[in-house]
Amino acid sequence: MISRELMIIGGGPSGLCAAKTALDAGLSVTIIERSPKLGGQLVKQTHKFFGSKAQYAKTRGFDIAKKLIDDIKDHPNLEILVDTTVVGLYDDLVITTYDQKDYKKYQAKSIIVATGASEKFLAFENNDLPGIYGAGAVQTLMNLYGVLPGQEIVMVGSGNIGLIVSYQLLQAGVKVKAIIEAAPSIGGYKVHASKIRRLGIPIYTQKTIKKAIGKEKLEAIEVVDLDPTWKEIPGTEMTITCDGLCISVGLSPMHQLLSMIQAETKYIPELGGFVPVIDHTHQTTVKGVYACGDAVGIEEASSAMMEGYLSGLYISKNLGKPHPSYDDLKTHYEHQLDMLRDGPFGIKTKIGLEKLRKDDNHAS
Amino acid sequence: MRIEKHPILTFPEREPIFFIFEGQKMQGFKGDTIASALFAQEIKTFSYSIKRKRPRGFYCAIGNCASCNMVVNGIPNVRTCITLLEPDMVIERQVNKGVVK
Repeated sequence: MISRELMIIGGGPSGLCAAKTALDAGLSVTIIERSPKLGGQLVKQTHKFFGSKAQYAKTRGFDIAKKLIDDIKDHPNLEILVDTTVVGLYDDLVITTYDQKDYKKYQAKSIIVATGASEKFLAFENNDLPGIYGAGAVQTLMNLYGVLPGQEIVMVGSGNIGLIVSYQLLQAGVKVKAIIEAAPSIGGYKVHASKIRRLGIPIYTQKTIKKAIGKEKLEAIEVVDLDPTWKEIPGTEMTITCDGLCISVGLSPMHQLLSMIQAETKYIPELGGFVPVIDHTHQTTVKGVYACGDAVGIEEASSAMMEGYLSGLYISKNLGKPHPSYDDLKTHYEHQLDMLRDGPFGIKTKIGLEKLRKDDNHAS
Repeated sequence: MRIEKHPILTFPEREPIFFIFEGQKMQGFKGDTIASALFAQEIKTFSYSIKRKRPRGFYCAIGNCASCNMVVNGIPNVRTCITLLEPDMVIERQVNKGVVK
C-alpha cells in the first residue's frame, strides 16, 4: 500500500485548480488521469471563453489548459500519474489504479473526485453504426489529433456544445448539413447560433432523428418533425445523406466512482443527473472524499475551475494546513463562482444546488 | 483524412510510426492515439458486437464508453481512443468479450 496525502482523480480544469491551491497550502498532491495528457476537455477547445478576466475570458480553452498545467507542473510536492485509471474507490480512502501494466493500491488522507462528465446518448434505430459520435468526440479527433471525422455531418442538439462544435467542423473543412433540435427553440447562446446561420447552416427546431441508415457505416439519416407535445408527425420524414452524425444532447456527471462507496447521491435534472450530496466544503457524505467540477453538476469549465480552487482551499483547512491566504482566496473564488452563476444559464444550476442542499443535514 | 489547413490550429510534421492493422502495414504519426491513426486511414469499424456482430466504431473519444475497444498486441479491451500508438503495434478488430490468455 502506497501512502499519499491528497489524491485527485481527474486532471481536467477542476482537478488542476484544486491541485494548485492545495500545493500552495503545503499539501502533497497526486493527480490521476486516465488519458495520456492533463487538461481534460480544455485541450480540445479552440474557442475563446466568456466571462471576466479572473475566469480566463477571451482565452482559448487549450491555452487555459496550458496555463493551469504550467501553474503547478514543477512543484516538488506534485506527482502526476497519466495513462492511469482509477478502478476502485473504498470508504476508507483507498484507491486502486491500473496503468496498462500494473494494479496499484494507495491509501490517501483526502480524495477529490473531479471526474467530469460524459456525453449523453440518444435512442433511435441503428444508433450503434460507426459514424455516429458524441460531439465532444469529434472535437477531440479534429482539434487534438488533426483528423477529420467525415465529409458531411449532421449535428443533433443546438446547445452550446452543438453550436460550437458545428462551427469547429466548418473550420476544419467539414460540411455541416444541418443542426436539428427537438425542442421548440435553440438551446445555446444566440451569438453562436447567429454565427452558424450566417454561414448558411440551417438550424431546424422541433425535428429529431428517427433512424440511421447504413450497413457497415453511416450513410444517411431519417429525421422527422415533432408536434408541440414532442410526438412524431407522420408524413414529415426526410432523408439527409451524411457520413457522420454528432450527438450533442447534454452531459451527465460522472458519479460512478462515488457510487462505489457510501457517498449519497441524488437525481437532480438541473445538474445533469445523479450527483453526490456535498457540504459547503465540497465534502461528500464519506469523510475525506470531496467532489468538484462537472462531477457535481454540469456547468461551464470556468465554474469547474473556481470550484477546484475552492476545494483545494477547503481541504487544506480540513487537513489542518490552511492556505496562508485562505480567507482572501476563499472570498475571491466564491465571489467569482457567484458571478458565473448570475447569468441566465446559471439559474438552472442555482435551482439544482437548492434541491441538492434541501433537507441535507450533512451540509449544515 | 487529416486536416491540412486550419484557421487556429497548426499540426506540425511528426515522426511517422508504422503499425499492423488486421495483418496490413499502416502508418500513423507520433502523438496519435490508435483510434486517430485508424481514423486517418478511413478505418471506422473497430469491433463487431458480441452477439449480433454489428459493426461498432468509437463514440466518446475520452476513454469512457468502451465503444472503441480493440485487441492490441494480443490484449483485448484496449481503449484505443486514449491509448497512444506505438511502433509495430499489432491491432485487430475485437469480435468477442475478450479472452485472457
